Amino acid sequence: MSVSQLSPATTDLAALARRIRCHVLDMTKRAKSSHVGSSFSMAELLAVLYARTLRVDPTNTEWEDRDRFILSKGHGCAGLYAVLAERGFFPVEWLDTFYLNGSRLAGHATTTVPGVEISTGSLGHGLSVGTGMALAAKRDGRNHRVFVMLSDGECDEGSIWEPALFAPQHKLDNLVVIVDYNKIQSLGTVKEVMDLEPFADKWRAFRWNVREIDGHDLAQVEDALSSVPFERDRPSCIIAHTVKGKGVSFMEHQLLWHYRTPQGDEYDAALAELGGRP
Amino acid sequence: MRSAFMDELTRLARLDDRITLVTGDLGFGVVVKFSEEMPKQFVNAGVAEQHMTGLAAGLALSGKIALTYSIANFPVVRCLEQIRNDVCYHDANVKIVAVGGGMAYGSLGMTHHATEDLAIMRAMPNLVVVAPNDPVEAALATRAVIEHNGPCYLRLGRQGEQRVYDTPPDFVLGKAIRVREGKDLTIAVTGGLLQNALQAATQLANDGLTTRVLSMHTLKPFDRDAVIDAARDTNAVFTLEEHSIVGGLGGAVAETLLESDVRPRVFRRLGLPGEKFSSKVGDQDYLRREFGLDAESIANTIRTTLQ
Repeated sequence: MSVSQLSPATTDLAALARRIRCHVLDMTKRAKSSHVGSSFSMAELLAVLYARTLRVDPTNTEWEDRDRFILSKGHGCAGLYAVLAERGFFPVEWLDTFYLNGSRLAGHATTTVPGVEISTGSLGHGLSVGTGMALAAKRDGRNHRVFVMLSDGECDEGSIWEPALFAPQHKLDNLVVIVDYNKIQSLGTVKEVMDLEPFADKWRAFRWNVREIDGHDLAQVEDALSSVPFERDRPSCIIAHTVKGKGVSFMEHQLLWHYRTPQGDEYDAALAELGGRP
Repeated sequence: MRSAFMDELTRLARLDDRITLVTGDLGFGVVVKFSEEMPKQFVNAGVAEQHMTGLAAGLALSGKIALTYSIANFPVVRCLEQIRNDVCYHDANVKIVAVGGGMAYGSLGMTHHATEDLAIMRAMPNLVVVAPNDPVEAALATRAVIEHNGPCYLRLGRQGEQRVYDTPPDFVLGKAIRVREGKDLTIAVTGGLLQNALQAATQLANDGLTTRVLSMHTLKPFDRDAVIDAARDTNAVFTLEEHSIVGGLGGAVAETLLESDVRPRVFRRLGLPGEKFSSKVGDQDYLRREFGLDAESIANTIRTTLQ
């Protein structure tokens, strides 16, 4: 196995999460793009995944036995690109080109970026593709795992529940769903628009082994991600209770920050709350 | 065509364990033998075509040659975005197989008539689109799409069509087959109507008209040269498809000719009008007659048009 060693800096998970948020803030400001809140809500999840959990090799993205990570909520790609750059998949400077004309870094997760497994952007696609990868791994006797990050609003898509039925039927315990349950979707709160509750019970009823965690508590995130599969022969579902816009007080729990781009005083204030440029 | 496909697929799957057949819970009596003999190369995705297609993309991106299999529109239109994003964008090695192309499932009604699929699939980047004309072509097309490294759409007919070819023709994706030679007109045909085209050509011969018949089994990549040569040599081109005349073979030929420097005196698309859905009820042969796609109607339309 040829996994590269983590740099000392990335072993500090809180610092990594903070750098992810700072990159996202800079990227979206420069690009005048949106979805800041969607990246902020999963910063700790991405930090633990890429610094601890995923068996990946930034120098060999085609390594057959690598773990697969699929960002099915492709609109959160700024966070994903940031952690991939931090992890050494490509130069951090590339982040400066996010969204801009001629860039490799599109506004939804795209495979032109080293380390991105699947291009996403239309919701409800990633879990079926991940299920295919997990099934292939089982049939080929390989030990790698497949992690799929869903948004809560994405779970309105019927195409989430098709693979949700399939994976337990085929005992895909190498498949892990992580739901970034930040409670806000496009036009309102999840509760107002399309209440998912009882959410954990839904996944349990589909025969997944479910664990609910605070998605910003690094110890809980690390514990959950290091414990998969939670049960032999069953897929695992981690429902991560998160806060949209987490890390910047005036963005937290605000639907506006699904769309708004941080400029001027707002950018300065946000950067200050994040502790300044890393 | 269905048996020709399954027989050839089974033969190839025995030789290459990457080949994985994914069904959307259809194929009763068709896929059972395959699934029992090669269970590790078979998946039933359930009645869930979006999942079937995304799953196949995931298998293909893990090194498999994945085939999705269902009837008529189900593996195509129901899951079109999975085809576009998951399969085609990623150039995933997935073969989308639809049985019952055209009006093969006649009396089952419009939900089971695949009559816009070729136009839709022809618009997909990265996708090879193949609609064989008889069981012989179906077997050859099956092998060709599996050997092609990339996404393909294979549109098959039903069970029990007559063989048109006595011996297998040279079959190359993207190369038309000149099945009959003639100098007065050309019939370009795809997706199962080759037999009707040949019978129409025989009837026209009684009127002293000789007909070139081209099997356009591949709609993408499209054999532009065969079409341009036909227009130049015969000066009258008729397209024939069990499909809307919008955007399928007729559209492909029209696009080709208008962008070339060859203008046939006559060009006419034969197929379904495509303006409205039909509510006609009947079997495939009945519906073909109703839409002027039987040999007699084809010959009559050509006679009238050429007058």
